[in-house]
Amino acid sequence: MSNLRISDVTLSFGGLKALSDVNMTVEPGLITSVIGPNGAGKTSMLNCISGFYHPTSGEITFGDHNLNKASPHQISNLGIARAFQNIELFSGMTVLDNLLLARHQNLNYNFFRALIYFGKTSRVEAKNRAYVEDVIDFMELEPYRKSLVGSLAYGIQKRIEVARALTLGPKLLLLDEPMAGMNVEEKEDMVRFIMDILKERHITVILVEHDLGVVMDISDQVFVFDFGELIGSGTPEEVAKNPKVVEAYIGEE
Amino acid sequence: MENKDHLIDLTIPQLLRWRVKESPDKVALREKDFGCWNNITWREYYEFVAKTALGLKKFGLKKDDKLALICDNIPEMLIVSIGTHAIGALSMGMYQSTLPDEIAQIIDSLDVSVVFCDDQEQVDKLVEVRDRIPGVKKVLYEDPRGMRDYRNDDWFMFIEDLYALGEVEFKDHPEHFEALVDAGQSEDACHLCLTSGTTGLPKGTVLSHRNYINMGIQITKVDPLEESDEYVSFLPFAWIGEQMNSFGVAMATGITINFPESVETAMSDLKEIGPHFMFGAPRIYETIRSNIWLKIDESYWLNRRFYEYFIKIGEKAAKYRMAGKKMPLWLRIRAWLGSRLVFSPLINQIGLLRLRRAYTGGAALGPDLFTFYQALGVNLKQIYGQTEIVGIAYMHRDGDVRPDTVGKPLPETECKISEEGEILSRSPSVTRGYYKQPEKTEELLEGGWLHSGDAGYIDENGHLVVIDRLADVMHNRQGEMFSPQFLENKLKFSPYIKEVIIFGNKQDFIAALINVDPVVVGKWAEDRGVSYTTFMDLSQNPEVAGLVHQQVIDYNKNVEKEHFRIRRFAILYKMLDVDDGELTKTGKLRRKFLLEKYQPLYDGLYDENVSKKEVEAFFQYQDGQTTTMKTNLSFYTMEESI
Repeated sequence: MSNLRISDVTLSFGGLKALSDVNMTVEPGLITSVIGPNGAGKTSMLNCISGFYHPTSGEITFGDHNLNKASPHQISNLGIARAFQNIELFSGMTVLDNLLLARHQNLNYNFFRALIYFGKTSRVEAKNRAYVEDVIDFMELEPYRKSLVGSLAYGIQKRIEVARALTLGPKLLLLDEPMAGMNVEEKEDMVRFIMDILKERHITVILVEHDLGVVMDISDQVFVFDFGELIGSGTPEEVAKNPKVVEAYIGEE
Repeated sequence: MENKDHLIDLTIPQLLRWRVKESPDKVALREKDFGCWNNITWREYYEFVAKTALGLKKFGLKKDDKLALICDNIPEMLIVSIGTHAIGALSMGMYQSTLPDEIAQIIDSLDVSVVFCDDQEQVDKLVEVRDRIPGVKKVLYEDPRGMRDYRNDDWFMFIEDLYALGEVEFKDHPEHFEALVDAGQSEDACHLCLTSGTTGLPKGTVLSHRNYINMGIQITKVDPLEESDEYVSFLPFAWIGEQMNSFGVAMATGITINFPESVETAMSDLKEIGPHFMFGAPRIYETIRSNIWLKIDESYWLNRRFYEYFIKIGEKAAKYRMAGKKMPLWLRIRAWLGSRLVFSPLINQIGLLRLRRAYTGGAALGPDLFTFYQALGVNLKQIYGQTEIVGIAYMHRDGDVRPDTVGKPLPETECKISEEGEILSRSPSVTRGYYKQPEKTEELLEGGWLHSGDAGYIDENGHLVVIDRLADVMHNRQGEMFSPQFLENKLKFSPYIKEVIIFGNKQDFIAALINVDPVVVGKWAEDRGVSYTTFMDLSQNPEVAGLVHQQVIDYNKNVEKEHFRIRRFAILYKMLDVDDGELTKTGKLRRKFLLEKYQPLYDGLYDENVSKKEVEAFFQYQDGQTTTMKTNLSFYTMEESI
């Protein structure tokens, strides 16, 4: 499995530095959390990894691949998938269709074969449907298969958002505030899903989250951002003791 | 119809083997998984059972040992049960919502040595009480999800590993399994069924192969089923209602049992299968009716007009049909038209179109529900019985459906009313007693008759009428008798009312605590622009109170006796819930507990000077956290004259 390595990454918009000289290594097989106050640069970091932004300087590598100039679809082909903070699903389509659509990279038949829908085409479709069903089972979405996404509760939509990312069959999953706006029970469910994603699907997880209780509970390593800078990193215990981190969260005495 | 009486001398595993000989490749079980329906034929069913039995035997399950199942409805629940029966051991079902503490008590008092769970949720409950259940040798699980931390502990075993354990022996020596099956006697006990105790711990009713198979054979003498018929298994396995279908009826008739994908999808899976018969507690039928009403309400104008017109015709026609009388021609034509234009498409949307018969049991169902379903063309019938007689002993016959009765006894069932007015029955399906409770057994089977504990009588048509539990009948201060449950059901005929608690024992008048139906009343409120946030808020809304008030007025107009009228009522701020100990697992009220819990409300109801009272509402969330909230509860008094 491959490491995600971020070396000296700076991202500036004109005179504004969203990220400055960030160094991070994300080990495979772990849950890595990124925390920090609002505007600290967490989502910018994710945007750089998933190719929405390109770092102004520095280097991002995933295994042997350099991600600096890669576009989002190339990055997703490399096995990095992302679940968005603001749900980015097609709300007028069913859950099943949303998930099937996420498999489009794996549809390797051409237009004419699709018209006939025979042989290879139907085999490929069946294979993709099986993959999607596996994810539906995993994320416990059976009751909603044929429901329109827009008509479902927010907590369920969040789960579908994660499912859509899993449907891509990633090696590395970026979760941007998967627990925002959820109640205690939904959060507990989501934590269980994240643990199972790591342990049973063997997918490395990068988690951006505001709920520090959850972060401290399940993370293997934590990176703390403030004003675009990395101000602390390590295990949850180490980070909790770091005076800079305490200051950023609680303020100076 | 072929005579099936010879099957009664077989055990359930022997009957399974007989089915394999008759039709090896016919589908016996079908389960929806990953979005597909997967078939298991009788031959495969038999092989799974054989592997399970040999596997269980290998790690030491013996004759008369007990294996408990705590699982949703999946094929494995039958495979493991019948595998257990093949060894001569007893299976036992527990409700999925049973709490760890209760599980430990039940396991301990019934000497369970192996437990089968479907997933981590249930396994974790056992882990919690592990040191209290030393008798449990193995915990089997079906879903490996989340079980990674338990894999190195040999207290746990994955079902596939159990199959693998038995498979070797089954391949090399199939005769070993044959010998096990041959050794069974139809009189042997095979299952302990927990009876839902309204007080104390559940008792284990010992049921034999003959008890189950007899019931399956007798019921199909009245209502025959074809081998090609479908049944959807969604009732809790711990309830006798599910066992009698899967052990009794399915084995006796060879129908296919379908298992839904999950508890939440049961209703949409039902639609996909389109079963030929179904069985359920009144709540299921009430829920389906509410759904139909919502569907109609949300439909377009023309549909609604059609429905309103034809439902009246349908109800008229239903009265003829239920009484088995011939309809006048003009009514028949209109009823046919109604079924073509409205009702067939409507019930097809819910999956009830192929339904030949639907049975309701467990509690009373309102007469208007019978008429409603019969009007739609669903042949809904009442059954009556109890766990101790394998669920069904009395049943309506086609063309003789009387909503106020529970029908006539099944063949081979005798009925008698004792001097105290108690219903007594006798049949080959009656249990031999409760496990390790000789005194209770003595009481139950006194004089060779099964004592139901229900008060009832036989009417002029030979139908049995059940009034209430003998012990539950109450008397007001004037000594006039009434049955709270009977009155509650009457009030619950209103779609807006979900639950009612009737009080009035040794009081001057009857008072009620009412739970409004969150879905129907929620919709009602939305339609009228009445805003609300939580259920608590909705329930205390004055406009909702007005709605409930109207329902109580209607109720008071229609009751048979003066002293049945409700004088005062209040609307409860929370839904009655099984988890809070307010309802039994089958949804019956736990009166004593409720009276204690809502004592301040009870006091308010019987103090006519009180119109508003501040009460403390206590909530317990699923994770065990509790909160207390203060709320102002209103009490309403009904006008005297009607």
